[in-house]
Amino acid sequence: MVNDYRIQGDTGEWEVVIGLEVHAQVVSNAKLFSGAATAFGAEPNTQVSLVDAAMPGMLPVPNRECIRQAVRTGMAIDAKINRWSRFDRKNYFYADLPQGYQISQLYHPLVGEGAVTVLLDEKDEGSARTIGVERIHVEQDAGKLMHDQHPTMSYVDLNRSGVALMEIVSRPDMRSPGEAGAYLRKLRAILRYVGSCDGNMEEGSMRADVNVSVRRVGGPGEKEAELGTRTETKNVNSVRFVMAVIEHEARRQVELIEEGGAVAQETRLFDPDKGVTRTLRSKEDAHDYRYFPDPDLLPLELEDEFLAACRASLPELPDAKRKRYEGLGITAYNAAVLTADVESANYFDNLLDGLQRPEFAPDAANWVISELFGMLNRTGRDISKSPISVRQAAELLSLIADGTISKTIAKQVSELMLDENSGHFGDDPTRIVETRGLKQTSDTGQIDARIDEILAANTDKVAQYKAGKEALFGFFVGQTMKAMAGKANPAVLNERLRAKLAA
Amino acid sequence: MSVDTATVRHIAKLARIAMSDADIDALVPELNNILGWVEQLAAVDTEGVEPLTAVIDQKLRLRDDIIDDGNIRDEVLANAPDAQHGFFAVPKVIE
Amino acid sequence: MSDLTSKAIADLRSGFRSGDFSAREVATAYNAAVAAGRALNAFTVETPEIALAAADAADAARTSDDLKPLSGIPLGIKDLFATEGVDTTAGSNILKGFKPPYESTVSGKLKAAGAGMLGKLNMDEFAMGSSNETSAFGPVISPWKRRDGGNAALTPGGSSGGSASAVAAGLAAGATGTDTGGSIRQPAAFAGICGIKPTYGRCSRWGIVSFASSLDQAGPMAKTVRDCAILLEVMAGFDKKDSTSLDLPVPQWESGLSSDLKGQRVGIPREYRIEGVPVEIDALWDKGVEWLRDAGAEPVEISLPHTVHALPTYYIIAPAEASSNLARYDGIRYGLRELGDGGLDGLYASTRAAGFGAEVKRRVMIGTYVLSAGFYDAYFTKAQKVRTLIKRDFTQAFDRCDFILTPTAPSAAFALGDKSSDPIAMYLNDVFAVPASLAGLPAMSVPGGLDAHRLPLGLHLIGRELDEQGVLNAALAIEERAGFTHRAEKWW
Ligand SMILES: [Mg+2]
Ligand SMILES: [Zn+2]
Repeated sequence: MVNDYRIQGDTGEWEVVIGLEVHAQVVSNAKLFSGAATAFGAEPNTQVSLVDAAMPGMLPVPNRECIRQAVRTGMAIDAKINRWSRFDRKNYFYADLPQGYQISQLYHPLVGEGAVTVLLDEKDEGSARTIGVERIHVEQDAGKLMHDQHPTMSYVDLNRSGVALMEIVSRPDMRSPGEAGAYLRKLRAILRYVGSCDGNMEEGSMRADVNVSVRRVGGPGEKEAELGTRTETKNVNSVRFVMAVIEHEARRQVELIEEGGAVAQETRLFDPDKGVTRTLRSKEDAHDYRYFPDPDLLPLELEDEFLAACRASLPELPDAKRKRYEGLGITAYNAAVLTADVESANYFDNLLDGLQRPEFAPDAANWVISELFGMLNRTGRDISKSPISVRQAAELLSLIADGTISKTIAKQVSELMLDENSGHFGDDPTRIVETRGLKQTSDTGQIDARIDEILAANTDKVAQYKAGKEALFGFFVGQTMKAMAGKANPAVLNERLRAKLAA
Repeated sequence: MSVDTATVRHIAKLARIAMSDADIDALVPELNNILGWVEQLAAVDTEGVEPLTAVIDQKLRLRDDIIDDGNIRDEVLANAPDAQHGFFAVPKVIE
Repeated sequence: MSDLTSKAIADLRSGFRSGDFSAREVATAYNAAVAAGRALNAFTVETPEIALAAADAADAARTSDDLKPLSGIPLGIKDLFATEGVDTTAGSNILKGFKPPYESTVSGKLKAAGAGMLGKLNMDEFAMGSSNETSAFGPVISPWKRRDGGNAALTPGGSSGGSASAVAAGLAAGATGTDTGGSIRQPAAFAGICGIKPTYGRCSRWGIVSFASSLDQAGPMAKTVRDCAILLEVMAGFDKKDSTSLDLPVPQWESGLSSDLKGQRVGIPREYRIEGVPVEIDALWDKGVEWLRDAGAEPVEISLPHTVHALPTYYIIAPAEASSNLARYDGIRYGLRELGDGGLDGLYASTRAAGFGAEVKRRVMIGTYVLSAGFYDAYFTKAQKVRTLIKRDFTQAFDRCDFILTPTAPSAAFALGDKSSDPIAMYLNDVFAVPASLAGLPAMSVPGGLDAHRLPLGLHLIGRELDEQGVLNAALAIEERAGFTHRAEKWW
């Protein structure tokens, strides 16, 4: 069990305690406090207003959409939404921070306590763990420094400066790299469902500060109050790296303590190439951020109407959707896979809508996961670029459901639709079935004729079957189907075969 | 509360103002004088009083999510002591 | 002072409109006065060509019957206002050479209303000072001299000292000022002119170099109450670029002017009788009460018990906000850069050491200290609580009166150098002005008379939130009765 993650030290067993602070970039056209664009990848300093460059006398005016998205995110994790919140200044000097302070929320965050439930094992409801979220606050991103453009100078690009971030702070509720990974993936899924963050970790839209401490199993310190000294590893930008940081940090801390040393409360950086963390700054030269309410901004007060609109705009969320799918007879595992990401869930929902046969949902789920996802994986395609559109998938599945083609033929048809060299890439399934003559037949004359041939050619097996080796029935089915090029209606074939063998 | 040389040096560091020992020595009594004076507030009874958050009672207005600024790189860089290739240039920072 | 440069804005306006003189004549006279007045050190930048261009536009507008409210009026703009393409330094070395690619909302409104800009006005560095001695451009000199035979150069007050000196000496028909803790009212009083700080949020702060955001307000400084009303009407108004800007229509203050105060009560705060204040000031205050009574107002004694704590409260909040607001002056995007020992922190520390003057450093240090770990609640939160009490005092007082009368400053103008070695003595200059700043209330200084040295003294009116009209009207009643027509004798 992932829950039992333990570090084996020389002096005993250790438990690891993990908290994550996730910075998620809010999806918005313009920045949190200015009208400059937020798009990724623009020419340096082109998406910068005078406000973002902190010119003298420039003032912040907050973007409603950024507030709305953070509120919706809070609602999606059942968090308390604070109707009265406030922006504070976090003061420190750095070349990527033009104002000399970051506008953030320390004392009165927009979103209070909430929770995220994760399944450590997708097939097992019993593996559910609830990770507390302490708060979500809204703040500005900093600019970007480039160090490799000039031998003695660093270059400053302020395009990111002022972009809205949600800082989602978890409680120290995680106990293994796996749990942290599951939490991050689930959080990312929720953000993408809500549409408040695109979750693109490569472009830095989501990154985590990883807080890690260790304590002896069974020793004093099982309660939250008795946590070990923690380190914070900043800006880790993939789920894999977050898990690597935890493993490395936990082991490093255990070794340090067992050697008689002490963990220093400090900020660390992860080196993905070496897979290790190193000190960025120690507590002694930690910043004194001198937080205080931003006097350029009034307190943020939210109206009922605004909150109601935020709530009304929330989509069905992953957990609810999974339950609904399971209610349609879809297996727990399939439901988990389909709801893991908003794009596949949307695809599947649209497919169900097009199919209009809820009783066929489990088969549809099987087809999507084993056929479509399998093929997309092999060809390295994203679901958003699936060559089989939702409409085509619904059409294909309808053909199975109404008995026009068999599942075997359906598999053939999907392969043709997904193969760029098949001559049928992107074609409608009905067309493929027609032009290739793949329609299944219930013509008993044809089926009987084939059965007779197969039985005649296998008299020995017929004798064995009649002597009680009933497992051979499948063999006769397979042979007949093969002879019919897969096109026989399986129900009719079964019935006729049974009748002939009984005769 | 009063400040000593070490505190003033620390504050100067936080505020990023270079100061010589003589500057620091001169500031210690000056700051103590001012701090001693403002400390009279400690005697004011503020039991149950909320700190002021808005001078004039009004609510924060929110802006629409419209791109109506940016694309003014020349203006942004026009006053820079050192601008290179569209960037602000600073002495190399080691992270 | 020439005939034109001695006129009030209202008179320039009517004379220009009726064709007595052209806007170019006015601008030319003022440009000449500015050039001849350099001994006062009131301007940091002179922009005669901008003043002339606006005048020519005004003259053309008069021909085409397209006059704007301030067509033909030349003004000085405090150097705290960003002016597009014109050096804007906030009186600091750290911004030397900074040419903003933008125009502050308030100065932009004045320009759009037809006013010409004569130049940028000298001021205390980042508006931190009450004597104009902290300016990187050197102190502004008051046009006034003592009549005791001494020839000491006097302060015009601060931080809008350049504005006060320029208007008092006829170098500008009017000027913009900013007031964080008295920076319009105290220099207006010292220079024998009028100045009003409106309700916090009336004038946009966009494009004005920030000192202490929760206190900063722009306002006009001019020879008369009417002139202040004329200018304020143009300067005020909602600005969506400033989150603290009041989204309210701008009242027509000029046409609302009336010195009939019948049925109104003037509050006299008993706590403002302060020991050590010269008797002449108390005497003028009493005279002010009589003038207001004569105008129909009934004096009532009120109590503002927490105002004694206003100055220390201010000297926690303002430096705290300033320490953060001034962090952007770091040598990276504009202004001065000193490389120091080579690293980024060295650049910051050297740039800020070289760029900031002593008073700015002092306040940044105080502000940094009171916000630092372990001290925030004891200083900053405590001060914001006391500020709540100060504001509450005013709210309660305004149940009993319609406006409040006090002296503007505890003394007349002092000699340059007199108080520069004692920060607290300097801070005490704003003892009467600061409470209204902390409460965000409209307040105005109007000349009341002269002291024994024949130096101007001001009376100070504080109004209810948004009641600039009440303040202007009470000031008008005093102006009419005080008969203050004194002008500094020209020596420069
Ligand atoms: Mg963090
Ligand atoms: Zn953050």
